[in-house]
Amino acid sequence: MRDARYGNPGSGAGGSAPGLGLSHEEILRYSRHLILPEVGTAGQRRLKAARVVLVGAGGLGSPASLYLGAAGVGTVALVDFDAVDETNLQRQIIHGTSMVGKSKLVSAELRLKDLNPHVRVETFDERLTSENALQVLRGFDVVVDGSDNFPTRYLVNDACVLLGIPYVYGSIFRFAGQASVFAAEGAPCYRCLFRDPPPPGLIPSCAEAGVLGVLPGVIGSIQALEAIKLIIRQGDTLIGRLLLFDALKLEFRELTLRKDPDCPVCGDDPTVRELIDYEAFCGAGAEPAREGAEVTAEQLAQEREENPDLVLVDVREPQEWEICHIQDSVLIPLGQLPDRLGELDGHGDLVTICHYGVRSMRALEILGAAGFSKVRSLRGGIASWAENVDSSVPRY
Amino acid sequence: MPEAITVVVNGEERRVGAQASLLDLLALLELDPRGVVVELNREIVRRPQLGEKTLHDGDRVELVHFVGGG
Repeated sequence: MRDARYGNPGSGAGGSAPGLGLSHEEILRYSRHLILPEVGTAGQRRLKAARVVLVGAGGLGSPASLYLGAAGVGTVALVDFDAVDETNLQRQIIHGTSMVGKSKLVSAELRLKDLNPHVRVETFDERLTSENALQVLRGFDVVVDGSDNFPTRYLVNDACVLLGIPYVYGSIFRFAGQASVFAAEGAPCYRCLFRDPPPPGLIPSCAEAGVLGVLPGVIGSIQALEAIKLIIRQGDTLIGRLLLFDALKLEFRELTLRKDPDCPVCGDDPTVRELIDYEAFCGAGAEPAREGAEVTAEQLAQEREENPDLVLVDVREPQEWEICHIQDSVLIPLGQLPDRLGELDGHGDLVTICHYGVRSMRALEILGAAGFSKVRSLRGGIASWAENVDSSVPRY
Repeated sequence: MPEAITVVVNGEERRVGAQASLLDLLALLELDPRGVVVELNREIVRRPQLGEKTLHDGDRVELVHFVGGG
């Protein structure tokens, strides 16, 4: 009898064709693969024997793991530590509404096992770190990166170079996507292209800047495709090529990548021979918030009662303002702030506001440089205001 | 007034001043040099050299933005 959770791939259940290594049930399930000369039974057996690990079970990890599971990749492993949130559902299609609040790993495993009981699902309920990355990723044939931050991307790249595992890269932002295959033998790695990380806060996250839900579907599917081609050893992969996708223009561009002989991790004379502190490398926490630079939502609510002259400057975009804003605040999107300083009183008390308190800190730098002295930023942004002060403000 | 030259940025033609450097081009496009990787005629130019590389008529520039979301 089939174990509903783990299945028994390759067992004699229903009989198997001798020598094929696939049961009758598997032959039927994968028939559209098997009749492709590029896949055939040899390719399908390779898929069945393959072990693929996905870092992140989110926007990219959802379609990538679903297609890898459906394709019959023998072991699909997921690394994540997050729970399913309502804001995930617009693009993270492996998770359903009934899973909100539950672990993404539990949710993804249930869906994958339902999709294909022949797949063995392994889960790593932890954040990938310099301490655990080599141990977690070792022994896999392909690593698919669907992480959402630069420290993890550099970590995954370096670990893949050190372990000699191809790194299937994908990333998304608003309407733009990128994909490549790094760290394959003799091929360039992520650092050959992106040698120095951007300073923290320069590149907004999808939570701050938005992302079209279909975009990770396109890029995550390309990642699954590349993983499958690497496994069945067919076609031309994105090794040495960076694919750039513009969803609004529906345009693909491509850049030829070359191995950088000076690359600190895969170059001729590497300086990175073991995993480093990637948070420090990417500068996170390097700039501690200035003393008194922030005000909490509760403090701000109290101060507004006592000081009616307090001016609230909302630096979000108009479409965000339309969703919700604090009464009597002034909208000046961050990008317009340098040109609209004249609208503000340089001597008055100002509090800058954004979604989560990241852009409002950048606004402080602009205002501070322009000579504004009494400016603070709302810590945690309007999200914190909604949670701690005014529940009539919707969370987004 | 310096002459203008034509360069191709991400496949699109663009007029810039004859003595413009890659750093000048990024400033013209309002891009922070720390947020992009710059390729000039298929060779990556690292951040410290962006100000030294002067553009010539017909140069091909590719700008690759850092994209981190997943």
